[in-house]
Amino acid sequence: MLIKKGAEANLYLEKWHGIKAIIKKRMPKKYRIDELDTKIRQTRTVREAQLIHNARTVGIPSPIIYAIDLEKTTIIMKYIEGIRVKDVLNSPTFEKKQELCYQIGQLIGQLHNAGMIHGDLTTSNMIVFKNRIYLLDFGLGDHSIDLEERGVDLLLIKRAFQSAHYKYFKPCFAALTKGYKQEVGEEISSEVMKRLRDIERRGRYTSRGELHEDYEV
Amino acid sequence: MASEIICLGIESTAHTFGIGIASSENGVLVDVKSVYKPPFGAGIHPREAAQHHCEEAPSVLNQALKEFSRKIDSVDAVAFSMGPGLGPALRTGATVARALATWLNKPLVPVHHAIAHIELASLLTGAKDPLVILVSGGHTTITAYADRRWRVFGETEDITLGNLLDVFARESSLPSPGGPAVESLAKKGGKFIDLPYVVKGNDVSFSGLLTAAKKKLQMNCDLKDLCHSLQEVAFSMVAETSERALAFTEKKEVLLVGGVAANERLQQMISEIACEHNASFYVVPKRYSGDCGAQIAWTALLVYRSGIEIKVEKSYVKPKWRLDQVAIPWRDE
Repeated sequence: MLIKKGAEANLYLEKWHGIKAIIKKRMPKKYRIDELDTKIRQTRTVREAQLIHNARTVGIPSPIIYAIDLEKTTIIMKYIEGIRVKDVLNSPTFEKKQELCYQIGQLIGQLHNAGMIHGDLTTSNMIVFKNRIYLLDFGLGDHSIDLEERGVDLLLIKRAFQSAHYKYFKPCFAALTKGYKQEVGEEISSEVMKRLRDIERRGRYTSRGELHEDYEV
Repeated sequence: MASEIICLGIESTAHTFGIGIASSENGVLVDVKSVYKPPFGAGIHPREAAQHHCEEAPSVLNQALKEFSRKIDSVDAVAFSMGPGLGPALRTGATVARALATWLNKPLVPVHHAIAHIELASLLTGAKDPLVILVSGGHTTITAYADRRWRVFGETEDITLGNLLDVFARESSLPSPGGPAVESLAKKGGKFIDLPYVVKGNDVSFSGLLTAAKKKLQMNCDLKDLCHSLQEVAFSMVAETSERALAFTEKKEVLLVGGVAANERLQQMISEIACEHNASFYVVPKRYSGDCGAQIAWTALLVYRSGIEIKVEKSYVKPKWRLDQVAIPWRDE
């Protein structure tokens, strides 16, 4: 049964050897030519399975991978019956929101500490289940300890808050960076934050003064 | 029509000096422009562009007023693109606007260039609440409106799509503007040459792609195949990030605007992602896809009617004015 038609893949909820499982199938994209499309889908399927597996081994909540089928660019994984952070964030109290964001920061920190990059951090790629946040959708991720890639990871989640959760962007992002710092330590955290600012300045139409204030933790 | 409001708008953010006149009742009335062409093999030099605008301003203004065929007094406000763009070019347009407003004793209205692209395209296509994909020489931004602001969901982390095509065309000795030159060659190419595909969440990055394409050029790859491959990779990146933003925002309309929106292959790709998510697809008419005075004049009506104007002595241009910093009082929720 198709439960979600995302931009990246279709999600089906099926019985797999007697257990409830999610079948994530990266569908061919009509707009992309075949040569490009096949390569992208296959690479991401492999990456995602590897990264989820590695994330789990260092204790980051993420669905168990049951099987992958490279021909069909499909991953079969555990069904996690939670709610997306995107939806959770709109309801709870202010303190609860901050706590959630602090936890998100910690998770990203743990991931970076383990030499991984998520590559697509948004509030719809995280699920809250039994008070734990599960990370999903590692298809754009990588194994890397590169400062630039860590900076981009934080930029992506910052952008998600700015665009989709703009009403409480500042306190939420401040809590997130606090959680991140707690996990990776003062030194790495300040390097990554500095790189994040550099990446933003490199972009179109940004100037020093206007961005600076956003980062007070 | 006693309530009719008329705005004259001046565009001068980059290579185009344009003057448009728009009416609250009848839309765009006049649109005249003169486009600076850099010498073969060179990009836009801000000082040269400003010089061009300076020389062309009188004749463009005369032509616009001639086509307007009403008294200049019937203009209610004078607007200019205050940013973002090239400083010297912006200041030239602003100077003309300040002079006109002062002489006519009419209010001066500041307009954000990118918002003007979106508003004119919305008028011309009828899109109400779209996910906007703005692709031009100055912008590559995926944005949607919410709560008084355009919110940026994805953008380029370095150069723009228009910039990528322009610089590549220049390096391949293709004529300017680069976009159409690359497009027509791409139609004749067929073999796919592998180039780096860089998507970071909803963001894209083109600078590595440009470097790689230039290297392939030096390796004497067939230019037609290279144009084809460059377009395929760059546009697929934009289509993919747009699709992500579309899935995330769940908008029911997609609007493609900016100079590169005139590219048929890009239009095809974006219309496919819109269709896939049951959203209507709109694209700005080719005539108005590039920079023009009409976009400033039309948007000025919306800005002016919201009670916004600026004193001449405070009308500094903002070369780095970000889209999401502009308060939008005129759009419905």
